[in-house]
Amino acid sequence: MATVSDPILEVVHLTMRFGGLVAVDDISFQAEREEITAIIGPNGAGKTTVFNCLTGFYKPTVGMIRMRRRGGDTFLLERLPDDAINKLAGVARTFQNIRLFSGMTVLENLLVAQHHKLMDASGFTVGGILGLPGYRRAERAAIEKAKFWLDKVGLIERADDAAGDLPYGAQRRLEIARAMCTDPELLCLDEPAAGLNPRESAELNELLLDIRETQKSSILLIEHDMGVVMEVSDRIVVLDYGELIADGTPEEVRADPKVIAAYLGVEDEEVEEVEREIS
Amino acid sequence: MSVEADKGHVEIAAGGRGVQLAGRLKKAAITAFVVLLLCIPMVAFRTVDAQDGLALVTRWDMVATLVAIAFAGQFLWDVLRESATASTAAGQVGKPVGRALGSLLPYLGAGMIVFAVALPFMPFSDRYIMDLAVLVLTYVMLAWGLNIVVGLAGLLDLGYVAFYAVGAYSYALLAQHYGFSFWICLPLAGMLAAFWGIILGFPVLRLRGDYLAIVTLAFGEIIRIVLLNWYEFTGGPDGLSSIPRPDFFGLEFKRFGENTFHGFFGIEYSSLHRIVFLYYLILILALITNVVTIRLRRLPIGRAWEAMREDEIACKSLGISVVKTKLTAFAIGAMFGGFAGSFFATKQGFISPESFTFLESAIILAIVVLGGMGSQIGVAIAAVALIGGLEWLRDLDFLKQIFGQDFDPKQWRMVFFGALMVLVMVWRPRGFIGSRKPTVALGERKAIGSDLVKEGHG
Repeated sequence: MATVSDPILEVVHLTMRFGGLVAVDDISFQAEREEITAIIGPNGAGKTTVFNCLTGFYKPTVGMIRMRRRGGDTFLLERLPDDAINKLAGVARTFQNIRLFSGMTVLENLLVAQHHKLMDASGFTVGGILGLPGYRRAERAAIEKAKFWLDKVGLIERADDAAGDLPYGAQRRLEIARAMCTDPELLCLDEPAAGLNPRESAELNELLLDIRETQKSSILLIEHDMGVVMEVSDRIVVLDYGELIADGTPEEVRADPKVIAAYLGVEDEEVEEVEREIS
Repeated sequence: MSVEADKGHVEIAAGGRGVQLAGRLKKAAITAFVVLLLCIPMVAFRTVDAQDGLALVTRWDMVATLVAIAFAGQFLWDVLRESATASTAAGQVGKPVGRALGSLLPYLGAGMIVFAVALPFMPFSDRYIMDLAVLVLTYVMLAWGLNIVVGLAGLLDLGYVAFYAVGAYSYALLAQHYGFSFWICLPLAGMLAAFWGIILGFPVLRLRGDYLAIVTLAFGEIIRIVLLNWYEFTGGPDGLSSIPRPDFFGLEFKRFGENTFHGFFGIEYSSLHRIVFLYYLILILALITNVVTIRLRRLPIGRAWEAMREDEIACKSLGISVVKTKLTAFAIGAMFGGFAGSFFATKQGFISPESFTFLESAIILAIVVLGGMGSQIGVAIAAVALIGGLEWLRDLDFLKQIFGQDFDPKQWRMVFFGALMVLVMVWRPRGFIGSRKPTVALGERKAIGSDLVKEGHG
């Protein structure tokens, strides 16, 4: 864990309004480099909206999202076009409802993720059509990389099967592998443990810790599965009704009465009592 | 005891069969009734020229025949389908057959190419066959070009004929005004068509599905109507005539002259030489389209097209620019349309906006859909079936034995054709070859079933 604060991502006063609905209301937090930061909160708290703002699918109404890459390059994500967020800023994501290229094979999915490297090697397609050796070398390297990730997520035997044919848990792992094939510095995972059985969740924990240790990628994670969150997170941000209600280590957040109230709910009569306790 | 039990079982089975039979008969009767309703306005009454104006003729016998055919057809269809599902359920017969077909496909493709190369030397190849073959190959090429846009990138384009027209007019105008030869005009026409592909691409970037289809359809019509009305430039409805014919490395296909093909090779003049030359020209152009498309599919750009068809949002999240991906698909698809267009102009020697109506777009799209979107060989088979089949339906004299001697099969060609298309799409909803062949594999390349491959939303 970094002792000196070196945030990879700073979210400042982020607000997202849809008409009259304020989905995300003035939240600010940081994600440290090479750490796993979890965003938790009840359903409808605005977690996925934050993700969509980070990855360019929404343009935030107010606020700034600053991504600082390892070399020192800084990007304001809210100003980048959506495809540049991955290409230039090095942010990759997965989706709550898995979005694989289901009619393509597992291996093809991972090669699509390495589009830019291969595109450059193919001399913007002309060299590739002519079959120049540079492209073939690049494609072999891309396949090696895909194999590396397939090995990591345990799908190497299924490399030539259609992605849509995989069982649910394997599709989740493949989506993570596909995101990692873009060499991201920040990996955003939207509920990666949803629908996984306990054994698969445990494997996911290992995979996430491994990505942090060996790939030196930072991870931002939306998750409902507290087993995953408490075990792997270095830091937890809690949202409720679009507002940030807690931000700290797992121990701090676990003990926070506001978080407990948000998750378990309180009776109407107890509201004042709880609020007194909180303040 | 056991005998009685068996008897009871048999009776129950027989009863079940009776119910089944009644159900099938009822379904067949409903179909026959629908056909009857359709036939009353379309078949039963007919106006013919008589001495004192028009006279009404009724054709109830023909209606009866058609209704009977519909009844029997529906009944047989149900029986056949049930036995087919029963046999697949019993022994999984369907799948191995499909797989065997899949492994035969490469040989089928090679066989088709060999046949295409040898066709002009076949004993039965006469002028009619060669003309038809040139027409079929033109459509094969157009369909392969459209396959990039519709089949790979999943962008429904109903105005593809616009690029065919741009190619044809580019060649005709460049050749007439600047005297460029066919071989210089061909790449220029392709480039101009690609340029217009990008022009079309920009406004439709944000459109999907039905909306995209409507705008592309309108684009096709705009091009045709501009060609029709810009009289000074395009000749309007008069078209452009005396478009130069292509030469064979400087040798012309003329009876008399300096550098003639037959004179150079010392053979007797035949008007067939030029047709055979055109045939090989379009064959080579079509095969180039095919090879380039197959190569493109294995390149990042082709994978991006297919990925975009599967899931546009996932593409964005992987840093793939959807704008560039769509525009390249439109441009490259249009380019091949442009090549085919210049070939059309040089083959015909005369072009007018009449050749570039929406019907052409519809036929090209029908070939792509019938063949199986994204499948090169499926599209080739579909072009042969569709264009060749339409010609073949011209001489169906045996139908006279069913419908009587005064039945003219030529008039019914399109009805039969439509019915056949409907049947094919019922039999194979995703076209002849709906499965997708992966572009890369660690081990064996296994075809991916059509249920997983998406059609794209625009």
